[in-house]
Amino acid sequence: MTPSALPLGDPAPADGILPAQAAVGAADRKFSLYAHIPFCAVRCGYCDFNTYTATELGGGASQDAYAETAVREVEFAARAMVASGLPARKLSTVFFGGGTPTLLPAGDLTRILGAAVAQWGLEDGAEVTTEANPDSVTKESLQELYDGGFTRVSFGMQSAVPHVLKVLDRTHNPDRVPQAVAWAREVGLNVSVDLIYGTPGESVADWETSVRTALSYEPDHISAYSLIVEEGTKLAAQIRRGQVPNIDDDDHALKYELADALFTEAGLSWYEVSNWSRTPEDACQHNLAYWRGDDWWGIGPGAHSHVGGVRWWNVKHPTAYANRLDKGESPAAGRETLDADTRAMERIMLTSRLSEGMAINTLSPEARKAVAGLIAQELVEPLKAFAGTLVLTLKGRLLGDAVTRALLD
Amino acid sequence: MSPMARTAPVPAATDPAIIRNFCIIAHIDHGKSTLADRMLQLTGVVKQRDMKAQYLDRMDIERERGITIKSQAVRIPWEVDGTAYCLNMIDTPGHVDFTYEVSRSLAACEGAILLVDAAQGIEAQTLANLYLAMENNLTIIPVLNKIDLPAAQPEKYALELANLIGGKPEDVLMVSGKTGVGVEALLDLIVRELPAPVGDPNAPARAMIFDSVYDTYRGVVTYVRVIDGSLSPREKIQMMSTRATHELLEIGVSAPEPTPSKGLGVGEVGYLITGVKDVRLSKVGDTVTTFSKPASEALAGYHDAKPMVFSGLYPMDGTDYPVLRDALEKLMLNDAALIYEPETSAALGFGFRVGFLGLLHLEITRERLEREHNLDLISTAPNVEYEVTLEDKKVVHVTNPSEYPSGKIAEVREPMVAATILAPTEFVGAIMELCQTRRGILGGMDYLSEDRVEIRYRLPLAEIVFDFFDILKSKTRGYGSLDWKADGDQVADLVKVDILLQGEQVDAFSAITHRDKAYSYGVMMTGKLRELIPRQQFEVPIQAAIGARIIARESIRAIRKDVLAKCYGGDISRKRKLLEKQKEGKKRMKMVGRVEVPQEAFIAALTTAEAPKDKSKK
Repeated sequence: MTPSALPLGDPAPADGILPAQAAVGAADRKFSLYAHIPFCAVRCGYCDFNTYTATELGGGASQDAYAETAVREVEFAARAMVASGLPARKLSTVFFGGGTPTLLPAGDLTRILGAAVAQWGLEDGAEVTTEANPDSVTKESLQELYDGGFTRVSFGMQSAVPHVLKVLDRTHNPDRVPQAVAWAREVGLNVSVDLIYGTPGESVADWETSVRTALSYEPDHISAYSLIVEEGTKLAAQIRRGQVPNIDDDDHALKYELADALFTEAGLSWYEVSNWSRTPEDACQHNLAYWRGDDWWGIGPGAHSHVGGVRWWNVKHPTAYANRLDKGESPAAGRETLDADTRAMERIMLTSRLSEGMAINTLSPEARKAVAGLIAQELVEPLKAFAGTLVLTLKGRLLGDAVTRALLD
Repeated sequence: MSPMARTAPVPAATDPAIIRNFCIIAHIDHGKSTLADRMLQLTGVVKQRDMKAQYLDRMDIERERGITIKSQAVRIPWEVDGTAYCLNMIDTPGHVDFTYEVSRSLAACEGAILLVDAAQGIEAQTLANLYLAMENNLTIIPVLNKIDLPAAQPEKYALELANLIGGKPEDVLMVSGKTGVGVEALLDLIVRELPAPVGDPNAPARAMIFDSVYDTYRGVVTYVRVIDGSLSPREKIQMMSTRATHELLEIGVSAPEPTPSKGLGVGEVGYLITGVKDVRLSKVGDTVTTFSKPASEALAGYHDAKPMVFSGLYPMDGTDYPVLRDALEKLMLNDAALIYEPETSAALGFGFRVGFLGLLHLEITRERLEREHNLDLISTAPNVEYEVTLEDKKVVHVTNPSEYPSGKIAEVREPMVAATILAPTEFVGAIMELCQTRRGILGGMDYLSEDRVEIRYRLPLAEIVFDFFDILKSKTRGYGSLDWKADGDQVADLVKVDILLQGEQVDAFSAITHRDKAYSYGVMMTGKLRELIPRQQFEVPIQAAIGARIIARESIRAIRKDVLAKCYGGDISRKRKLLEKQKEGKKRMKMVGRVEVPQEAFIAALTTAEAPKDKSKK
């Protein structure tokens, strides 16, 4: 998933060589790969991700040529990492996101995966996920993915209610979801479904229907996100023009609490603010890598990467991206090298989102003092805090940014 | 056409007969500074390459706002019929807050140019200053400026000016400060029309101070007009109001850069430097004489500037208190009208109660403090000075609502003003309605011309210090203008309205209002605060109360969600930047009890405009 607007940063060199700090301590960090597939059948009204419909692109950026281009970045990444003095590490996780990765033939996805495994190797039992639209898979394509090394599929279900899907511009038929989930299970894939709550016009009862329907498929993992209205999207324009009511944070809070209660009742546990899993092993290991501050290389236009406190992002447009790689240049558009304070800030921002929590003894003396106030406000679990770990309560998860700010003061 | 003077008359040796002292009376934006600039250019005293727009307005704020706060005086040579004359142009402040300074500048002149925008006509403040000029028996030269503008109506406004000062419309000079048209004719007219100063060169020296400015390098620079006798360098001078004596370190004229001279004689205008560091020791309106041969009688017209509006100034960051204190001390050196004393607020901590001449003076002072001393300030709602008599006959002067006595009150008196409003006739109804709601009493109404009217009201000062002028402007589509002067006091039925956040009184939001308006003030303030204070993690009741009686209430619901749902690889940099921004925003918050109150909430207390409606609460 790559948001459409790139951050402002420093220029990135064409040879892709990373600053020296990237290699420090790398042997002790895990390494993951993210592959961005920038294609969708249609663009959804709420989506600001870097994605294009089939007819928008040509040449090396076309869907047909994309796997070829992506493989080129895999090879570029492997060379740049060696040249930057990074140790050889097997891939800990791989994640294909989009866009809609399953718009590409399964063979293209397995080919990109194969190229990555050929470069770096794969840890035993490594999680390899692809996002999928329930409409763009068949039992055969899922089988092919499984055979090609994928272990997990994440379906963009979003809602079970047709009028909500319509506001979201989602074209899939909700009835397809149980079938797709069943096929995935049959071929041996671990299954996750994504839900979105707080869509304009969605009632609390609508949301309950979506949650209960998702649970009825017995997935191993559910992600539930509140709808974020991003600037520049069709939905933002519709709200601005008054065609669609604005989103309401209180409604979001209520729906989050409802979902958490229903998920918990069904035997799932939260492990991150917006993620629940059946067992700890079912938690998405790839996403955990983001929150734990591990290293990953993101290939594809607009993809973000992080290695040892260096963050960078690729040029957004698939054509520009393909041209860079054709010339043997890094597709990076910009990067930032984080200092110790900024890394500490990111660590608080990210690890506070996790149920595994954050070790209080790694916090600054001021932040440690702030913990008492957070306990008093019922934002962190007191018993966990006494034992030295900061873990958010349900109220704290809903006010997670306030907790982060309190710890950063 | 008059040439530039080939030889300029020498200060201290100038015959009063060739001196012309004049000022320009004009409304803000009517082009006074542009015209003055053009005169400096034409007479060659400012070289083309040194010319910056509005040469005389020295302070940045003056240049930005296009107004003159402190006046200056410039000596200009100009030749007519082969005689080199010495013209002293005395710049006057153009705003109603500085009426006293204007009156002293006028007293230093024999004549005044009445400068009016040919597209807008005369404004109330100009009219007020014109009256002052006429009271001082000044010869008036009526001038219409900006005749180059397409919207100019020179015939219409020439008639208006002629009606006002009693002359013929064709005597009104047409100029354009911008293009320079008519400016030379104006300089000639000044020489021909204005009387030369008259004084006794052999009498003990008497010079009137019409401005006093603090300069970091030179100390106080005092601008004077010599009436009788003369002043010379290295002489001991005496201030007649205090009898304080000072060594005269330098004497000179502004041409327009300071130029030392051998002295100043009758009718001359120049500056004095004594090494004094505080403008209070060299007050506008005071008379300067010599220590060796002092005058027996001071010049008339001197009085102390009296602050009319009071406001609490507090640093956003409490640790900036010493910075604010030093800044005020420094500013006071240059502003004799500024008074202040320390005060504490339960909500805002340590700060100062500062007295100002008016709201503009407040705004300018606040802006200067923030800009020149890098301060972030909260100013509390402006307040006038009330005289409260208790039942035990004790009298208390209240400049801060939190000092309003809670005991038995026998009588409260509030300061009144005599206000003059000029506007096109079509707005008379709207203006009367506005003045009515502000407890005004109509004093009279006169037609200046067929379609322009002067309306006089007696109003409580408290009713005009907030937003009266802004509302007047909007009700008259920008055409209305206002002038006011103090006009005694009156007994009024006033109450103190307190604002409570979470049951705790926030002294900075308290206000003294008329009893009939207490309810609407309470509703307005609580409503506004509900919009301006962000949702906290707990519910925040906001109440307005008179004593123990609650008259209005609102409530800010607790925030329930404050977390970004999605935070994956590509979101991290963006999310971090958002948090950094929020952290910065938090610095602009003031903790009042447990509640974070943004600076805007305090600023909002300055205006009574309606709170924005239908703003979705986060």
